[in-house]
Amino acid sequence: MESGVSDEIGFDVHAVRQDFPILGTQVHGKPLVYLDSAATSQKPQAIIDSLVDYYTRYNANVHRGIYTLSEQATAAYENARTKIARFINAPSPECIIFTRNTTEAINLVRYTWGTENVRSDDEILISEMEHHSNLVPWQLLAQEQGAELRFLRVNNEGRLMLDGLDVLITEKTRLVAVTHVSNVLGTINPVKGIIKKAHKYGALVLLDAAQSVPHMPVDVQELDCDFLAFSGHKMMGPTGVGVLYAKPHLLEAMPPFMGGGSMIRQVMLTESTWADVPQKFEAGTPNIADVIALGAAVDYLNDLGMANVREHEIQITQYALDQMREVSGIKLFGPWEIQIRAGVVSFVLDGVHPHDIAQILDSEAVAVRAGHHCCQPLMRRFNVPATARASFYAYTTEEEIDALVEGIHKAQRVFGHAIERSV
Amino acid sequence: MQLNDLYKDIILDHYQSPHNRGRPPQADIEAEGSNPLCGDEVEIYVLLDGERLQEVRFDGVGCAISLAAASMMSEVLEGKSKEEVGNIGELFKAMMHGEDVILPEEMEDLESLKGVAKFPLRVKCALLPWTTLEHGLANEDAGHRVSIEVD
Ligand SMILES: Cc1ncc(COP(=O)(O)O)c(C=O)c1O
Repeated sequence: MESGVSDEIGFDVHAVRQDFPILGTQVHGKPLVYLDSAATSQKPQAIIDSLVDYYTRYNANVHRGIYTLSEQATAAYENARTKIARFINAPSPECIIFTRNTTEAINLVRYTWGTENVRSDDEILISEMEHHSNLVPWQLLAQEQGAELRFLRVNNEGRLMLDGLDVLITEKTRLVAVTHVSNVLGTINPVKGIIKKAHKYGALVLLDAAQSVPHMPVDVQELDCDFLAFSGHKMMGPTGVGVLYAKPHLLEAMPPFMGGGSMIRQVMLTESTWADVPQKFEAGTPNIADVIALGAAVDYLNDLGMANVREHEIQITQYALDQMREVSGIKLFGPWEIQIRAGVVSFVLDGVHPHDIAQILDSEAVAVRAGHHCCQPLMRRFNVPATARASFYAYTTEEEIDALVEGIHKAQRVFGHAIERSV
Repeated sequence: MQLNDLYKDIILDHYQSPHNRGRPPQADIEAEGSNPLCGDEVEIYVLLDGERLQEVRFDGVGCAISLAAASMMSEVLEGKSKEEVGNIGELFKAMMHGEDVILPEEMEDLESLKGVAKFPLRVKCALLPWTTLEHGLANEDAGHRVSIEVD
């Protein structure tokens, strides 16, 4: 059991922070304030140890060797699959396909299920708030198959305009691909209702869960989604490993993604037969070390408790919204209602471009993101070229939010009157 | 980490009170340059008088560095020949890549951008208006607005 949780107080953020070596480091001689977890999260020591442990004790290829090390590596690799299946309450470990990241998981669906099931005149429904990785693959598929791409719009508050759903979903809709949580607005979308409606029309639903699985309990059976994609690196795990969950009957019917070793049963010179699911979708030597470390990240998150993680982020996000809204000349994006709000706050300031905000915050060792956050259509929707974005996780403290607000004031001072300049 | 190297008063003055900003009624050269990765977009307009740049104007959206660089550029290039413009552009690029260059005396505003070289991620901001102008001059015969994307 990691430190950070006791039954009494639920969640001690300062104890949690002790598990993350990078959070004790300095930038420009000041303590690091890391507020870019939506881009990638920091890693606890247990995950770093897991990687070192694999390479020092049992590095071997999986599913191949009849020797002890290979058996150990295979067991650890498959054990990670089981842990991840349980984490999202998948019906079986075979529903978990390892990919490189969310992007590859979505593209896997595009190339396999998509090319077989989306035909000309069919429709794909997505939303205006999608990350490019849940937009561009569907643009490509629609162009390739002559299908139509349709869009759920976003209102001023940053919520999906669901009254349009009845018109947008039709008998021709094959797929609804939406983000569970927006990486710009922080909106938690009411995906359960969307899934119900889509199924009524016979459409399947893919959830981009890159920003939900790391931050809140997610139960794929309760949601009844058909596909779900997320990235290990945003949930305290290493880069280079992502997950596609799909319902078992879909995986059975889908053609393979990439051809090569591991994904075959029998290979003749001119044709082959495929291995069972999930190996059918995991061609070549997989990312063994990182998959195992992602399993360790899931252990760590389970020890914290996902309900506790969400509760902490509700508190910290409410605190951030309350502090930030007091800044004069600031505009905050996304819903105010904390129950449908994840730990992401995008903002712009009068007279200071987001890049300049981020640059000045960096001089205070406060790391935020500035740019379009891979959501160019959403930026256009809100008529801004870019935003600055602060995003939080289980290790974010109120003191860090204070440092952010201080830094924003500093940016305003730098860009204020020359006399006030005190950099 | 010297924030002062980046946000010098002259730079902030150009950003907040830009010179030659706004689209002119007519121009001989129109070029737009954008950095889709950061969302910066500048438009450069040139009025020619034979081989000379009679007037340079700009418009657009961007950070303090790219807009201040555009404002300064429009000022220093006014009245210069195309050849001189090429030379100054080369000097400016060299300065942005950290080389110790000596700029002509009347270009001390430009010199204030020297510190940007210490911030590799921001060099592209300072170069955006220059690259855009260069593209416009190179495609002078196009007879219409040309555009370029950089990153
Ligand atoms: C909502 C959302 N979808 C997809 C992605 C893509 O994740 P990755 O780059 O790990 O494939 C991200 C991460 O930036 C995201 O925030």
